[in-house]
Amino acid sequence: MRLKNGGESVTYLYAFLVGGAICAIGQLILDFTNLTPGHMLVILTVAGAIAGGLDLYEPLLKFAGAGALVPVSGFGASIARGALAEAKRMGILGLFTGVFEYTGMGIAVAVFFGTLVALIANPKS
Amino acid sequence: MPARKLGRSTVKFASPPIIVGTGTVVGPVEGKGPLASDFDVVLPDHAYGERTPEKSETKILEQAAKIAIERAKIEKSMVDYYMAGDLLNQIISAGYSARQLSIPYFGLYGACSTCAMSLALAGMVIDGGFADYVLVACSSHYQTAERQYRYPIELNIQRKTTSQYTVTGAGAAVLASSGTGPKLTHATVGKVVDLGLKDVHDMGGAMAPAAADTLLTHFADTGRGPKDYDLILTGDLASFGSEMLKELVRDNGVELGANYRDCGLMLFDTKSQHVGAGGSGCACSAVVTFGHVLKEMEKGTYKNVLLVATGALMSPLSCQQGESIPCVAHAVVIEA
Repeated sequence: MRLKNGGESVTYLYAFLVGGAICAIGQLILDFTNLTPGHMLVILTVAGAIAGGLDLYEPLLKFAGAGALVPVSGFGASIARGALAEAKRMGILGLFTGVFEYTGMGIAVAVFFGTLVALIANPKS
Repeated sequence: MPARKLGRSTVKFASPPIIVGTGTVVGPVEGKGPLASDFDVVLPDHAYGERTPEKSETKILEQAAKIAIERAKIEKSMVDYYMAGDLLNQIISAGYSARQLSIPYFGLYGACSTCAMSLALAGMVIDGGFADYVLVACSSHYQTAERQYRYPIELNIQRKTTSQYTVTGAGAAVLASSGTGPKLTHATVGKVVDLGLKDVHDMGGAMAPAAADTLLTHFADTGRGPKDYDLILTGDLASFGSEMLKELVRDNGVELGANYRDCGLMLFDTKSQHVGAGGSGCACSAVVTFGHVLKEMEKGTYKNVLLVATGALMSPLSCQQGESIPCVAHAVVIEA
């Protein structure tokens, strides 16, 4: 079935399966190793960045949309994508300036809303 | 050998100090557990009207101490020493509570073994003739411990099956040279045992060898065995650690039977309450012993109880640097 925006509705299924699979990897890391949630985040981000740098993450994004973009591996891929794009444009320095090209908004939003929620809410146990 | 010492590391008090008053305060989760009715105060929430959980912990420690003094029917000025400890850096809960109480103060750090450690020391001070009244107290708080030792509470990290839940609460007791009440007859001071375990998500497993060492030393020193006690109580080994302890002492020919229980498992309904393998923290053994066990002794359920409280002496920094977890266990005997 075609959607109004021109996409296929089966994308939702792919997004669910791919996003779920990435999260399942994270859960397996926590359950079967002594690594901390911090380690798990870094492993998935770096894996995403490597895959992004080798042009392997792009097909996954096309296939599963938000299912590949939303997990932290998508964040890693975006870091690599931004750095490589800027490197092409302005040389080696672009590797550094491009890191936040596509991820800057996500970070700014996280900081802003994190602060907002911290101001109005208290953690429960 | 000193006159009041038995064997390697046990003290037998010549005139056993008496526990003349106790005070216990527990948090909201503990207040829904099976022992809830045994505690003096149950908090409505973790904050307890304070701006930070650290302030809340100080408040409950102070409250437990005041209740214990009240129950002992003495004045604060009659207490010779206040011995207290908790889990936080620089044992701030104990320090700040002592600021309010203004009783000569000894700050103790034995991690979760603090309850038994303070009883042993208070017993020695009183039996040695240095004091008539000693107030012992310790506290822990889920939120303060969680953020110091593990993760910010806001992160809401998943627990592992071996993870334990830090008890929110405080327990205090006044020991006296004379009076009526249960008596402290023996104390066995533990040595630090470290089998090289590094998993901070399995503290019970790390502490079990220390508990086994102290338990076996106690039996060897006193010539007693598990059958000589109505109740043998470990502080916070929880489900995995207490099974490990049973195996470790079994290897040495000692069988822990139905009279063996663990405070961390008694305090919660581990099936319905989400507390992982069971409770932990200084308050765990303190509130169960001072709140529940002493009340049962009064009723006549138990005549003599052996409390073995275990503590893990690592810091988050030492763990990050790859150090293993050194553990200690102290034991005290309480007789009705």
